[in-house]
Amino acid sequence: MKTIYFDNNATTRVADEVYQAMEPYFRTLYGNPSSMHTFGGQVGIKVREARESVARLLNCDPSEIIFTSCGTESDSTAILGTLSAVPHRRKVITTRVEHPAVLTVCRDLESRGYTVIELSVDKLGRLDLNELEHHLDDDTALVTVMAANNETGVIFPIEQIAEMVTSRGVTFHTDAVQVVGKVPLNLSKSRINLLSLSGHKLHAPKGIGVLYVKRGTRISPFLLGGHQEGGRRAGTENVPGIIGLGKACELALSHMDDENTRVKALRDRLETAILKACPDSRVNGDTAARLPNTTNISFEYIEGEAILLLLDRFGICASSGSACTSGSLEPSHVLRAMGVPFTAAHGSIRFSLSRYNTQEEVDFTADKMPQIIKRLRELSPFVPGAASAAR
Amino acid sequence: MWEYTDKVMDHFLNPRNVGEVENPDGVGEVGSLACGDALKLTFKLGEDGRIVDAKFKTFGCASAIASSSVLTELIKGKTLEEALKVTNREIAERLGGLPEQKMHCSVMGQEALEAAVAYYRGQKATPHEHNHGEKIVCTCFGVTDKEIERVIRDNGLTTVEQVTNYCKAGGGCGGCKGEIEKIILAVQGDQAKAKMAPQPQKGKKLTTIQKIQLIQQTINEQVRPALRAHGGNIELIDVEGDKVLIAFRGMCAQCKISEFTMRDVVEAKLREFVSEDLVVVEDKESSETQHGHKG
Repeated sequence: MKTIYFDNNATTRVADEVYQAMEPYFRTLYGNPSSMHTFGGQVGIKVREARESVARLLNCDPSEIIFTSCGTESDSTAILGTLSAVPHRRKVITTRVEHPAVLTVCRDLESRGYTVIELSVDKLGRLDLNELEHHLDDDTALVTVMAANNETGVIFPIEQIAEMVTSRGVTFHTDAVQVVGKVPLNLSKSRINLLSLSGHKLHAPKGIGVLYVKRGTRISPFLLGGHQEGGRRAGTENVPGIIGLGKACELALSHMDDENTRVKALRDRLETAILKACPDSRVNGDTAARLPNTTNISFEYIEGEAILLLLDRFGICASSGSACTSGSLEPSHVLRAMGVPFTAAHGSIRFSLSRYNTQEEVDFTADKMPQIIKRLRELSPFVPGAASAAR
Repeated sequence: MWEYTDKVMDHFLNPRNVGEVENPDGVGEVGSLACGDALKLTFKLGEDGRIVDAKFKTFGCASAIASSSVLTELIKGKTLEEALKVTNREIAERLGGLPEQKMHCSVMGQEALEAAVAYYRGQKATPHEHNHGEKIVCTCFGVTDKEIERVIRDNGLTTVEQVTNYCKAGGGCGGCKGEIEKIILAVQGDQAKAKMAPQPQKGKKLTTIQKIQLIQQTINEQVRPALRAHGGNIELIDVEGDKVLIAFRGMCAQCKISEFTMRDVVEAKLREFVSEDLVVVEDKESSETQHGHKG
């Protein structure tokens, strides 16, 4: 059975070009880029070129790129590194819909005596910038707001927020793992201080991430014990990962238009077809400001894990905000923050596309969806008017 | 991804006895949309007093659907007395086992059956109405002390985590975990004691720094989770001798009854875990301005 992969916000396929670029760095060019000899030194040159490729995608200076092991490390470094650089400020502002890589760190800070403000969102998942303005003060050390939500794809106005926050002398960090490669960024013209990205969300391998640190931003290193990354992140470089990420960034730059035209059109085609064919379904999140590849659809009266397992029977990979899929007992914190009713939150399915998806896959999935939904609704005690519809 | 047995997948993909029995003798509804799973069980008795037909409708994940399907198979042909002997363990065993975090699905089957039999016997008019003498322990999922006691006894549970897996209690805000521990101790005795996580300990004589740390720890572990669940929060502003200055945030700050309820709860917890002499004072000014610990 062919796999139809619509879970690209979870992770992506490594591009063939990326894999080929990495391959020599495992067995042939295995030198340490810090070594004095030519054998290692030639690797150092390639690492530098990869850093330049990443900088080109972000429109920043290569010296502003710190390679890390993943998006989570970048987030932790940004938050904890900023706080230890400004020890007298004791307040952090974030949002209720952040990825756990940010939210869990902030809540841990709270238990250590920091004041943490979690900004709310409206029913379309949008922030109220007046609320942010209200909370910004001289005690605020950091504001961290994601660039786009991983579950709904809703895009936050990070440039505007960066302007607002930094003009008050406060550091601004954004978790941009879902945005890089899908939405063009120009960090040289931006006031964003810190930005996290993750390789495996843009067709590079798992195990490589980046923290962008704008020149002049005060941040204390997180990992100590080496001179790598300008002393800001010690540890021998993940050379194959870095080479792969450099290649992936090159490819992302050349596919940026495709993401926002062809991939977006496929997403829209899938969404429209499903909404049309399945009654009592609705899109979660602001469709006016949304990633081009993501759709989050709620199906009333049924539960997400059951939908995923039936999709899986057709080789279709998606994800859900249902409680059951996480092993926790409560549904997605993002959908709850948006006030999505429990009935719809438990039955939410996220499809996230990539440039490798085809119209054939979209049509196949849109074709299978109604029968899956119908089948589970026949089992549900909550479908209105079905009280006596015994089979 | 969950590792479901072939039997679970079979009952999920080919559920037996779906629907509602016409003119049922027993109707049992448990769970809710908010909880993430719900089951409506209906059955019909034959002239010999045995269950001739049983059907289900279930909202939930694969294991909830499979548990319901197996339940209907298990009770058909049984008298009510025999059917009531079916335990959640039996349901899980018929499915070749369930993942630990999904055991609550099998408990839901057992509860629906009991509710349906009670309905037949005219004991309960509506579902979700608890017997006298029962007390809601977990307010997030509406689980009573009796329900918790039973899953502990029937399944030999010894930790709070297990109780959460079996009946969801403690899986929301976590504010009732202390109470669940007490129930485990009451049911299982010393057997459970060894596995308990250490609680903040009341010291004999505390230095000022130790006292402040213990107050912070108690607030973090005993108070904040419950407030969080209701959209609120609490901040420790200062400690002056035995006076503890706190501020409520979010929903709690605007809540008119906070003075009478939350202050008392916080004070009771701090007295329980830190010192009997503590007095909690709410810093109103700070609550309004959202932060007041500058300088």
